[in-house]
Amino acid sequence: MNTGGVPIEILLVEDNPGDARLTREALRDAKVRNNLHVAADGVEALAFLRRQGTHAAVPMPDLILLDLNLPKKDGREVLEEIKQDDRLRHIPVVILTTSQAERDIAESYRLRANAYVTKPVDLEQFLKVVQSIEHFWLEIVKLSRI
Amino acid sequence: MRPVPGPAPIEVLLVEDNVDDAALTVRALEQAKLRNRVHLAVTGVEALAILRREGRHAGASRPDLILLDLDLPAKDGREVLAEIKADDELRDIPVVVVTGSHAPADVVQAYRQHANAYVTKPIDTKEFLEAVNSIEQFWLQIVRLP
Repeated sequence: MNTGGVPIEILLVEDNPGDARLTREALRDAKVRNNLHVAADGVEALAFLRRQGTHAAVPMPDLILLDLNLPKKDGREVLEEIKQDDRLRHIPVVILTTSQAERDIAESYRLRANAYVTKPVDLEQFLKVVQSIEHFWLEIVKLSRI
Repeated sequence: MRPVPGPAPIEVLLVEDNVDDAALTVRALEQAKLRNRVHLAVTGVEALAILRREGRHAGASRPDLILLDLDLPAKDGREVLAEIKADDELRDIPVVVVTGSHAPADVVQAYRQHANAYVTKPIDTKEFLEAVNSIEQFWLQIVRLP
């Protein structure tokens, strides 16, 4: 477990400010030190990951939480670009979306999403889901930090 | 006893050659909240035969989740992972690597080969059970499987 040392860098790609705020709150209470970066659309997410423009000095994320329905560039396209990019594809991408559509689930796994999680509408359930993601990915999983 | 009604149990394929680790994992999964059936393969060759329903595995069910050790006799876990993720029929099944290896090269290689998550086996029995419980909680209760 990574309680000391370098904090884990998380990129949250989420256009809904309410969901972004809740995710931030849930992660603030996490056992493992982490820094949350938020990109509000798909284009910004890829610019962040490729350190383009104003993102030249950002850290490489250790984990990506990706919504599917995003402005400018859809989450499915962002996922596909990440998993086809040799410098990025080792980063786990957890899809975090309201879509329960079987087609979205199947397509996301085919495009190499690491896990697919649906956002509960209920506030308490939403926080529980983010805490589960935090517990598994920050405390149990060994991330590839290169 | 009459069968318990409800959704079909989640099928888990455990690929593990260490008898003690396999027994502990099965025990932890038996106590899981969600009904599941664990199928054990003790070599990489057997794992792929089950997944491809070859020979005496013709009637095997398709796993919903694979727990894969890396150091295996008769075909290494790294090769098994690469074959699963290169196979259009199998690649959407989530593969959680569960291994004794902490080597950064194994971690990055596993993610590059599209392992869905990488978990190192704790040596302590209690911690080992906790890790399996965490895998169960996240993958069986939180994640939407394909």
